[in-house]
Amino acid sequence: MADGDAAARLDQVEVGRIFREESGRSVATLIGVFGDIDLAEDAVQEAFAVALHRWPADGLPPNPGGWITTTARHRALDRLRREARGRELLGEVAVLLPGDQEPGVPEETGPVPDDRLRLIFTCCHPALSTEAQVALTLRLLGGLSTTQVARAFLVAEPTMARRLVRAKRKIKAARIPYRVPADHELPGRLRPVLAVVYLVYTAGLTSATDLGLCAEAIRLARLLASLLPDEPEVAGLLALLLLTESRRRSRARADGSLVLLGEQDRTRWDQALIQEGQAIVRRCLGRDQPGSYQLQAAINAVHADAAGIEETDWPQIVALYDHLQEVAPTPVVALNRAVAVGEVQGAAAALALVEELDLDSYHLYHATRADLLARLGRSIEAAAAYQRAAAMAPTDAERDFLGRGGRASR
Amino acid sequence: MAQYLLSVHSVDGEPADMTEEEMQQSWKQIQVLNEELKSAGAWLFSGRLHEPGTATVVRIADGEVVTTDGPFVEAREHLGGFYIIEAEDLDAALVWASRAAAAVGKPIEVWPFAAAEA
Repeated sequence: MADGDAAARLDQVEVGRIFREESGRSVATLIGVFGDIDLAEDAVQEAFAVALHRWPADGLPPNPGGWITTTARHRALDRLRREARGRELLGEVAVLLPGDQEPGVPEETGPVPDDRLRLIFTCCHPALSTEAQVALTLRLLGGLSTTQVARAFLVAEPTMARRLVRAKRKIKAARIPYRVPADHELPGRLRPVLAVVYLVYTAGLTSATDLGLCAEAIRLARLLASLLPDEPEVAGLLALLLLTESRRRSRARADGSLVLLGEQDRTRWDQALIQEGQAIVRRCLGRDQPGSYQLQAAINAVHADAAGIEETDWPQIVALYDHLQEVAPTPVVALNRAVAVGEVQGAAAALALVEELDLDSYHLYHATRADLLARLGRSIEAAAAYQRAAAMAPTDAERDFLGRGGRASR
Repeated sequence: MAQYLLSVHSVDGEPADMTEEEMQQSWKQIQVLNEELKSAGAWLFSGRLHEPGTATVVRIADGEVVTTDGPFVEAREHLGGFYIIEAEDLDAALVWASRAAAAVGKPIEVWPFAAAEA
């Protein structure tokens, strides 16, 4: 929390940062009060404009989140009073509002109810497409602008704007509810929520420019973990992201090319993130309700323990992949398991497993095959497999790396 | 409360894949579902349609009524029947739709009626 001196030095960038931290909660609260996403979004945006003007001059209010919510609520009420349709809506919400309804900018309010969990379940409702779920979550909970969301997913801004409008329209027209699902619905409804957070993280990982998506995903995962402390897969996702994040700065060279796990400078791994992630993994093990995020986190925790690729407990990793394959029997999991088997039983055993897989359109399948063939001295076949992998690689960095006949990533 | 159309998507020739026993089973389930919809106050209308070859299209061209043999869209998939229900929100409508999909054995499309927006 900023003291007087810090507040005096508040600049617009800092206001923007604080605002992004806090705006998701305000948007969620206002949707809860007014039942209208657009109204909530616009009002919070207007509050931001006021904050940009006032905070650098007057200093940071003691409770910035409460200030934003109250300011935005007043803006929304002003707008409703101006609109005929609004007066009708106002009659419905008046009972929900505390006494002070005079326009003007308040300094602070008491604790703001946390509606963000309701909001994330609405944003990630299975009746919306995955693209729409991701875009809505980043826009409404992450406080990203439409331009930023568009850049993150490499689509034109008008396309992203249309996607958001269409999704909000569907929420309203089809009456997608604004509530936390009941316990019996939770497992099914949690799945897309976790997938969206994971997708935001991987988008940050593969993005050429740092748009803060990795940090945003971790923030969302922390939020979910604090709001749903009894869901082991939520903890598992947070641990997985923290452990992956601990190596993020070691996995790319200055020119953007990839550094494989075995070649990374492990002294650069972030020990604080590793310890936090491993502590969560240990709690998950104690709880013994494994799921795919927890198992992936556990695999990453084993890697984080090892001083190098040779010192890694590969039999333990194979055992975790065996378990992962039971809960998530996908060919990609089988491919990663084969790589681990290769470290225990040798490249020939791994290649036999890899060749059974039907993953012809996945570049890492060819990269893994190429690596194993190279290790077995079958260099002509390896070169051909590298070329196939390079031709399919999704990023320039990976394409260059594979084109040079690098080793398979894992 | 909102109103939803639950439309049953049939594929040409598919009922023939069902055995007589399966048809009976499905028929029974549909009747049970209709009873439950009614006792929950959710049922507004439901019905099964004859095959698309029985449909007729009427349109106005140059002020004249033109009648042609239907259906309007020639496709392998067609509307096999529908429910019109009343539900609190989409989640409630989706619960009824999943019951209907299980009973009918076909995909169900859930569409909100525009009047629902009030």
